[in-house]
Amino acid sequence: MLRFILHRILWMIPTLLFISILSFIIIEAPPGDFMTTYVSRLREQGEDMGQVTIDGLRARYGLDQPIYVKYFKWIRGVVQGDFGQSLEWQRPVADLLRARLPWSILISLSSLLFVYLIAIPIGVYSATHLYSKLDYFFNLVGFIGLAIPNFLFALIMLWFIFQRTGNAAIGLFSREFLMAPWSFARVIDLFKHLWLPALVIGTAGTAGMIRIMRANLLDELSKAYVMVARAKGLSERKVLYKYPFRIALNPVVSTIGWTLPALFSGEVLVSIVLGIPTIAPIFLGSLMGQDMFLAGSIVFIMATLTVIGTLISDILLGWLDPRIRESI
Amino acid sequence: MIEKNKTEKISAEKLNIASQWKLMRWKFYRHKVAVFSLILLSFFYFVVIFGGFISPYNARQNDIRYKNAPPQRIRFFDEDGKFHFRPFVYGIEAEFNDKTFQTLYIRKTDVKHPVYLFVKGDPYQFWGLFTTDRHLFGTEERAMFLMGTDRMGRDLLSRIIYGGRLSLTIGLVGIACSFLLGITIGGISGYYGGRIDRFIQRTIETIRSIPTIPLWMVLSIALPPYWSVVKVYFGIVIILSLIGWTGLARVVRGKFMALRKEDFVMAAILNGASEKKIIFQQLLPSFSSHIIASLTLSVPGMILGETALSFLGLGLQAPAISWGVLLKDAQQIRVLANTPWILFPGLFVIITILAFNFVGDGIRDAADPYSAI
Repeated sequence: MLRFILHRILWMIPTLLFISILSFIIIEAPPGDFMTTYVSRLREQGEDMGQVTIDGLRARYGLDQPIYVKYFKWIRGVVQGDFGQSLEWQRPVADLLRARLPWSILISLSSLLFVYLIAIPIGVYSATHLYSKLDYFFNLVGFIGLAIPNFLFALIMLWFIFQRTGNAAIGLFSREFLMAPWSFARVIDLFKHLWLPALVIGTAGTAGMIRIMRANLLDELSKAYVMVARAKGLSERKVLYKYPFRIALNPVVSTIGWTLPALFSGEVLVSIVLGIPTIAPIFLGSLMGQDMFLAGSIVFIMATLTVIGTLISDILLGWLDPRIRESI
Repeated sequence: MIEKNKTEKISAEKLNIASQWKLMRWKFYRHKVAVFSLILLSFFYFVVIFGGFISPYNARQNDIRYKNAPPQRIRFFDEDGKFHFRPFVYGIEAEFNDKTFQTLYIRKTDVKHPVYLFVKGDPYQFWGLFTTDRHLFGTEERAMFLMGTDRMGRDLLSRIIYGGRLSLTIGLVGIACSFLLGITIGGISGYYGGRIDRFIQRTIETIRSIPTIPLWMVLSIALPPYWSVVKVYFGIVIILSLIGWTGLARVVRGKFMALRKEDFVMAAILNGASEKKIIFQQLLPSFSSHIIASLTLSVPGMILGETALSFLGLGLQAPAISWGVLLKDAQQIRVLANTPWILFPGLFVIITILAFNFVGDGIRDAADPYSAI
């Protein structure tokens, strides 16, 4: 098992390297460098820096050096948790991320939980009640769930809530809890708000997951060992949950690698529409304002998180299924 | 299993001599939802191709008399239940409520605008060939808004038809691009295998581990703001297909891997067929149906991508009309609450995506040689 985990972690390194290069290209892509944007912005505000200060800052940030040197400087900072400075916010990128990233992760994980809680039971039901009315119904709902764009669903929900309550700001907390210190009541209030983004983001994933779960279980149920179990007189419940269900879960776990990027994508769109203060709105803002250190860092962080998520799912899978563990 | 009983009997003799494509077609026809979706999509593309003629008005023509007008209905029966052979729409008039400061439209049942076929209206260029002002249907005065109007009094139905030009084609063009990339890279990966294959597969996995929407968002700001609509359109196509090819490459690779070991390929090699001949005459035709299915199934992703980007203001921008650009108006909750019909473009997005999914499913089932006919 340890060898398996080590192997997986080693595989992560080239992936992370590629992601870091891509993020760095994003940061470097716009014409001019950090200083030209910075100086022109200061000029707009009527301030001016002497050429000496500019050159000094350039040297300090290493902007006058060749690109690979800059990359190594940047990556060294990243490893130490220093992502550079956000122009838009006049604050270190790391500070901004620290304040908002947890909410993004919380929302994405709640969506993941939502997907599993809904999709697995429905998938099992659909597979055991093949071509029943509910099976067809779930199929239809699944298709529609796949077809509704996240942001459109979010808009419709927003409209619906606005019509009923007159409240346009969804957020994560009610007004009285917004600045309150953590308490049990605040956590309850958080959960009252969390279901909506989780539902909206999770719908498309749920639809896909139901199909996977249903197909897997159908494959397993038609195998000979299930018939043997039945012939031996095991209860229908035991026949289902003893082996077929557990084997059918395998691919569900292994698709986390695909599900996580989709959830992050959904989180970005939905948080922007619903106005939830995650990293999504500042990401959009950073793109609009060409605040490239912030934008590149956010892409880097999101991609890294998905890679780590995939790693965890791989390890889980190896733990669940000895065949995978031994196959490396 | 249930479906087997439903199958219409095709005589065994006919089945034996039918070509692969004919078998597929028969199987596809049995998938009723897929057939219906295909017809619907063909209708959409037909409407979009003849957009100038079919849309009642010019999509950019604003009209201060009818700002935010609600959708109207074409009627055959009037208020008294009397039947009119010629359909009509009721006139509407804006009324300003000085208590709520809102403009509300009231229906004027004494004013009827008859709806004619081939009516004269806004001039437009027909496929850039000649200018004409004939429209398929409409009223003589500008008074018919079947899906309402936006905040500048522009007819939403016309805007949706014009928007479909970009939104519906961007998926197809994008797929064409990712098809080229996917089939080349996936083909190389699957045909040669070994180290090249491992490298390409790693790259694909890495690209897929990055959330698509944020990546698209980042790439889209690389498009210069002074670009024309056409350039931005192709820029977005390239951005979408830069990521979209990965899924297709995997399908192609998997098929190449599986088929490479088949006897008929070995036979071709022994016969001295060139590599090119093996790829294009033996391998590609044997899984082209699969490719068509996965192509169809990846169109929705492209349409969704364009819509999401334009909705955020990062894709196509205002003078251009696409479904995403139209939905951008709905971002403000108060606008949405007062004029909910501006969500109509979203309905078309959903219908289109559903239809593409059903058609793709139908083709995939039909392409499976082991499923029963």
